[in-house]
Amino acid sequence: MSLTLENLSRIVDGVDYIRNASLTFEAGSFNVLLGRTLAGKTSLMRLMAGLDKPTEGRLIYNGEDVTGQSVQRRNISMIYQQFINYPNLSVYENIASPLRLAKMPSSEIDRRVKETAAMLRIEPLLKRFPLELSGGQQQRTAMARALVKDATLVLFDEPLVNLDYKLREELRAELRDLFRERQCIAVYATTEANEALALGGTTTLLHQGQVVQSGPVMDVYRKPVNTLAAQLFSEPPMNLIRGRVSDTELSFDEDTRHALTQELADLQPGEYWFGIRPSHIALKPANDDDLEVPVQVALSEISGSETFMHVESRHFEMVTQLMGVHQYHTGAPISVYLPINKLFVFDTHEQLVHTPSQVSGRGV
Amino acid sequence: MAEIHLKSLAHSYSKSPSGPEDYAIRQLDHVWHKGGAYALLGPSGCGKSTMLNIISGLVQPSEGEVLFDGIRVNALSPRDRNIAQVFQFPVIYDSMTVYQNLAFPLKNNKVPAARIKERVQEIAEVLEIEDKLHKKAKNLTADEKQKVSMGRGLVREDVSAILFDEPLTVIDPQLKWKLRRKLKQIHEQFDITMVYVTHDQLEASTFADKIAVMYDGQIVQFGTPTELFEQPNHTFVGYFIGSPGMNLIDVERCEAGVRFGSAEVVLEPWQIEYLNRLSSTNVKIGIRPEFIEIGLEPKVNSYEVEVLDMEDLGTYKIIDLGLGDETLKARVDEDFDARIGSRVHLTMPPQWTMLYVDEFLIQEQS
Repeated sequence: MSLTLENLSRIVDGVDYIRNASLTFEAGSFNVLLGRTLAGKTSLMRLMAGLDKPTEGRLIYNGEDVTGQSVQRRNISMIYQQFINYPNLSVYENIASPLRLAKMPSSEIDRRVKETAAMLRIEPLLKRFPLELSGGQQQRTAMARALVKDATLVLFDEPLVNLDYKLREELRAELRDLFRERQCIAVYATTEANEALALGGTTTLLHQGQVVQSGPVMDVYRKPVNTLAAQLFSEPPMNLIRGRVSDTELSFDEDTRHALTQELADLQPGEYWFGIRPSHIALKPANDDDLEVPVQVALSEISGSETFMHVESRHFEMVTQLMGVHQYHTGAPISVYLPINKLFVFDTHEQLVHTPSQVSGRGV
Repeated sequence: MAEIHLKSLAHSYSKSPSGPEDYAIRQLDHVWHKGGAYALLGPSGCGKSTMLNIISGLVQPSEGEVLFDGIRVNALSPRDRNIAQVFQFPVIYDSMTVYQNLAFPLKNNKVPAARIKERVQEIAEVLEIEDKLHKKAKNLTADEKQKVSMGRGLVREDVSAILFDEPLTVIDPQLKWKLRRKLKQIHEQFDITMVYVTHDQLEASTFADKIAVMYDGQIVQFGTPTELFEQPNHTFVGYFIGSPGMNLIDVERCEAGVRFGSAEVVLEPWQIEYLNRLSSTNVKIGIRPEFIEIGLEPKVNSYEVEVLDMEDLGTYKIIDLGLGDETLKARVDEDFDARIGSRVHLTMPPQWTMLYVDEFLIQEQS
């Protein structure tokens, strides 16, 4: 069982909602669509659901062309950002509604409603009405309704965005567990890199209606094909610094020059973009060949356990993510250290040309 | 700018409250000092919106007083309190230009035209929207609109405080970083009392010098982000701050301190003494995932634990460790690797192992 998008486009009045998307989703897979607002996440889901018709391309489900087939004829569930429930129906009836529509016997409905409600931990609330529930409970109800009918395709459009971050943390973990045992295709849209990492599965990066990269989450995270992919899949965004490589030296500007080491020996002399994740920058060198970069502190944001320090030099700025509390005055001159084996390198067309060497695992 | 004092304040939406459960805000005393950058953090339903509405004047408290610089303002409207508010969704006039939007609050207050021009220009520069001044507001992006919303709050020079109610919810993560940084700069530059309501700990802690954590109608802790992280005063703060939150384990007393299952946790003498004076059986220990140490060899007071699960979050990993019937979460760096089912040794450094009785932290008396 699989759903394949073949060169799917939706271009209306010269606006590219989706341009030339080719993707395959397997049964039993969890797929995250990651992109900024208006990247095309909702548009892509609406095409997959059959709510919108593509202007080009085909939608293949289990080998059958279902392009243009209406959503009613396919077994699809969709969960939206806003909690959509029937206000005049109890939680029980809200969850039961798709089954009643399918004319399922009431004993079977009862069994399924209770089972799904238990799964989402809203069993004690079945007699209540949606407006008597908290936001998290309302969204669980909407999710239960979407999950009760064993849909073959379940689409989540930023379902947790209106919830507390603690609730999100919990629901996210539940969702992941729920879908481990299911044979449906789950698609989940989010703007947050950290959510994509926490959910796992497959990640598809979308930007301006186009697929930037798609693959197993850690592959996409560890090997972003270009600077855009790297920026989209990193929070805070990956730092990018323009620099150059000569036969002997790597330099960002006149203040930051280093002898070329083995790690970057495969780079031809020329101009590059060097990428470094904020969490890989340190205040002390960890290795002899770490790049020392003199900078000034622009701002320290302290989250309690971590410090996000914004630093700048004459030619570039960077964000660092440091464990612990590090307080510096704005303008303080410091050095930060970039481990050379954590550097991503992109060419001037912003395509990945060098991936950090695989770090050796420590531990058991 | 004002100091905002909430004196013996409580609020119930019910006309005849019969018990604490009828209160959205239980009786509290709290001072927001002049010029401070504060956050009010808590889950939905904790009372933070009620609190914000009481400060702004949208809601009249059923008990107690709201004092601005010592003067009772309970009966004053938001406008008369000179409170500026920035909401989740930008509140601006779409048909007006950015300039007209920013000038509007000043025109209403009959500020001379020359001063309006000066002030609007000044605020637009701070917000980096000076090149957008003559654009219609409806043509702006979400983050630009929210900047204009903020600008409308900042533009008045007589403003007592600015209240932010989840102002970054509709903003993309990448831009949140920039807007937060902007807010912080504005606070440093204008020295204005700001209260920022959010359920997002990262937003709260990066914006505010001090955070009030609300839970169940009460402020359970008012402290710096570091204090909330290192010394959560209440188990709720331990749970709510941090991702994942603090490991909290129900324990029983024993000779050396406390124990759960067969694991004994050695406590400091003052902690044991404290416990001996109390009769409560609701005793927990708490340790943050960041403070758990994991080693391959046993150490003094280490426990042998089983690796149950490992979650790769890119910049770090969260590892689930089984100790008896309990599962503890530990944060390890991204290079750490361990086989599921293998055994490692866990240490809980005493300075990071907190003791809670009836959900509140037991602290050493100095």
